[in-house]
Order: sequence, then structure tokens, then C-alpha cells
Amino acid sequence: MSALKIAVPRGALFGGTLDVLDGAGIDTAELRGDSRSLIFETSGVTLVTVRPSDVPTYVEAGAADVGITGKDVLLEQSDRVVYELLDLGYGRCRMVLAARTGNDRLAEAQRRLGRLRIATKYPRIAERYFESTGRQVELVEVKGSVELAPLVGLGDGIVDLVATGRTLEENELEVREEIVECTARFVANRVSHKLRAAEIDELTAKLRQVSR
Amino acid sequence: MIHPIPPGTRDVLPDEMRELRRLKHALLEVFLGRGYGEVATPAIEYDETMARGDGRAARSSYRFFDESGELLALRSDMTVPIARLVAGRYADGEPPHRLCYLASAYRAVRPQSGQLREFEQAGVELIGAPASEGTVEVIEVLEAALDAAGLRQAVIGLGDADLYRQLLEELGVEGEARDEVLASLATHDLVGLEEKLSEAGIGAERVETCVALTQLRGGKEVLEQARGLGGSAVERAISRVGETYEVLERRGAADRVQIDLGLLRDLGYYSGAILEVYDPALGYVLGGGGRYDGLMKRFGLDLSAAGFGLYLQRVHTAQLQEQGRDPS
Repeated sequence: MSALKIAVPRGALFGGTLDVLDGAGIDTAELRGDSRSLIFETSGVTLVTVRPSDVPTYVEAGAADVGITGKDVLLEQSDRVVYELLDLGYGRCRMVLAARTGNDRLAEAQRRLGRLRIATKYPRIAERYFESTGRQVELVEVKGSVELAPLVGLGDGIVDLVATGRTLEENELEVREEIVECTARFVANRVSHKLRAAEIDELTAKLRQVSR
Repeated sequence: MIHPIPPGTRDVLPDEMRELRRLKHALLEVFLGRGYGEVATPAIEYDETMARGDGRAARSSYRFFDESGELLALRSDMTVPIARLVAGRYADGEPPHRLCYLASAYRAVRPQSGQLREFEQAGVELIGAPASEGTVEVIEVLEAALDAAGLRQAVIGLGDADLYRQLLEELGVEGEARDEVLASLATHDLVGLEEKLSEAGIGAERVETCVALTQLRGGKEVLEQARGLGGSAVERAISRVGETYEVLERRGAADRVQIDLGLLRDLGYYSGAILEVYDPALGYVLGGGGRYDGLMKRFGLDLSAAGFGLYLQRVHTAQLQEQGRDPS
């Protein structure tokens, strides 16, 4: 049988992911170098490096047997069929509703119009959140630098992921409500989880050990 | 000039059609050879009929009114129409009834996912054969069908649909908490499962037991491991699955069967044994099935029943890959 394929997220989770893989006995030295490769054969497995938001896509299709990505990605793509096996604990951050510091435009919009205008990169998480809290909302989807939106009048507030809160602070924004806490998760393809049970269980056990 | 078709539908051209036709013939020959009579039912049913099958998961995605205002639905699977057919036509007949089909069904898709809105299924329904015997027969037909399709590496997962319902009852998890736990199980979200079980006020040790249970899959040893986790719900499920597995073993039909206590089909009408089919050549499930005694009851016929359906397109893709003729 071919080597187990593991989808590794580039970006904010990259370092933490390499650390836990090392801890699980998978040598990641090559990935730490400045190689431009996207695929690495190491320690009997194949590591494929992809954008975090692409991890569910690769894993759902079986192009990777297992993978690591943030809970925020899994929540935003909740219709993707992947098995969530483990909370790895690192990459901790919060999905929040934020608005301009000391400005009551958010409350004012809610009171006067009964409707909020919110910019976000996570429209589905935001939609579910406002629906579950009984508020009507107009969502504006942007792809990057969502902090900018309320400063130039694109929306009363934002829904975004916050790690340290420094970016919010620098843009004179503050957290108004916390929606959900997110960490890195270990996920598996449904068919691989059945047909490569022993390998996946072994890796899961090692990752659990490392992330304790 | 380009004339588009709706996303999730497709044309089939002669090369592929020839292969699909051959595959369908091979499958049909297996079904007919084992005494399953082929039936066809209308693609359009009364919405009420489809909803009777499963008001939630298999609810038709495409519903519309006819000229007199009746609500009609495009069928979302074949099991419900066949249950309807048997209840209406064979209520006084001598069971068991063996029926098979090659037919299209219709479900909503999520955009840009490559899922098909209209997909063909090949399957059988065995209605009125007692539990273990009927399940074994259906698994044997399924194995013969996979052989006929040339899927030598395909594996059949065998689980139990009542295991977690009964286990949660035993643990006293009810109402909304129970539904949330079952939802985590259905999507196999183990992190969520642990959270939901803890929130339901179950001791940490029992939570761990439940999560461990969902990871048990493999050969007969799985049943022993499960027994170690204890509880009468687990014990009952083990004895149901074990009985079926032992009969399969005696008949030399257990080789491709993987016992899987984490299996949970998303269709609400299953009870007892449930099946899923996998092939290492494809990341998606090839098909599934199981027992659906409760469904027959909903159509007013107190008969036990079992069956399976295979997604023809996926079987075809897996077939090409196993033969080393990967189309991609």
C-alpha cells in the first residue's frame, strides 16, 4: 500500500504542526528548510503542504488520508465530510465579534435599524452565530484585512479570528462578543479511516501523546 | 453554441456509456441470478410518501405542485419507493420478497463540490426475511456484486444502528442532549462527541468508553475489545453483530467484511445491522445499506427488511482505478 498522505497547513499553524509531527516521530527537517517543494517523503509518510482552508478539500476527496487544520476552517466548511479525530490544542485563538473602540455604532444599528452590517472572512460561522442569537444581519464577505472594513464604513463590526488581539488594538477595534474558541484539529478521510485503521490509529495515539 | 445544463447533472457519451452499460449488466445478472426481480418505480412520488420514509435526512430536495395542487417530489432514494410498492402490492403475498433496481435518484448538492444532483443507484431489497439470515443474504449479494464489478479490494463495513441509541438510553442521555450527541456521532466529530457527552453530565470514564467504542473497527477481535468496554447496550449490539459475522464466517463470506462499531448511517430509517462499502481506489463511500424494519412498519407492513444500494458512477470510477485505467 502507498505511504500515508498527511495534509500539513502552511501559515499560522505551520510551526506548531511541524512540532507535533516531530513529536510523533515524523522527521520534518526538510519542511523547515527553504524548499519550494509542496510534497515531501519522510519517515515512511508523504507530507503535502497546502493552505489551511484547503485541508478539508484534500482530505474529503481522499487526496490526503489525514490532515491538520484549524477548527475555524472546519466550522466554516462544516458541509465537508471529514472525521474530526483529535483536538491538538495548539494554534489557540478566538472567533469574535469586534467593533470600533468606544464607538456605539454596533448597538445603535441594532436599536435603530434592527439589523447589523458585518464584514467577515467567515460568512457561514457569522451567519449561524447571529441566527442563533436571534439577530438579523447583512454579511459582507471580504478575503483579507477585514479590520479595515469598519474604519472606512464597510460595516458596523467584524467577525474575525483573534490570537493576541494586537491587530485589533492597532486598528482601534475591540472584542464585543466571543463566538467560539478554535484550536488545531486532526482530521481523517472517511474511507482511509476505515481501510487504513491501524496506521491512522497509531498516528492518532502518538499525536494525542504529544499534544497532552 | 453552448447550451448549459444545471450543475450536478451530466451527459454521458458513448465510450463511458458502453462501460456503464456493461457494469449495469454485470450487476443485474448477479441480482437476477439470486432471485431478485427487477422493478421500476416513478421518479416522481407524492411528497407524503417520501417524507414517510424519513422526514429529516432523506427528505426530497426537489418538490413541486402538479396541476391540481398536489405536492409531488423527485425521489431521493429507491428504498422508500420500494417499501411503498411492497406494502401496496404484496401485503397478502408470501414473504420474503426479493426486488432489485437500477435507477436514478435526486438530492440537493452543495455548489462546486462535484456531487451529483441526479445519480444512478444499483441495489436490492429483501423484505420479509428474519434479521440475521436476511442480513447475511444481502451481504452475500453485495459481495457477488462487487466481484462482478471487478472491485477486488472493496471492503464492507458492518455496524449496528441501534448501538448508540440504546447506549445513550442506558446512560440516561435524553432529548436535545441526545440529538446533539447523535449528530456528533453521525459526522464522526470525536472532539464534539467528547464535549457533548461531558455536557450531558456523564462521568469522564464513560465518556472515554463511548469515544473508544466509535474507533473500534476490524476483524472479530473488535467484538472482544468492545465487550471489555462493558454495558448491556454494548453487549446486545455485540451479540447482534457477532451473530451475523459468525454466519458469514461459516459460509466463507467474512473476508471482505470489517466490523465497525463507529458506523452510523445518516438515513433515519435504519435499525439493527448497517452496511457501508469502501474501496481504497476512491476517497468516497461506494454505497451502503442495512436493516430497515421500522420503515416497513411506517408503510403498514410488519415485515423485517434489509438491502443495499451502490452508487453506479462511483463504482465505475473505482473499477477504472483498480484496473489501472485511471480516467483522471
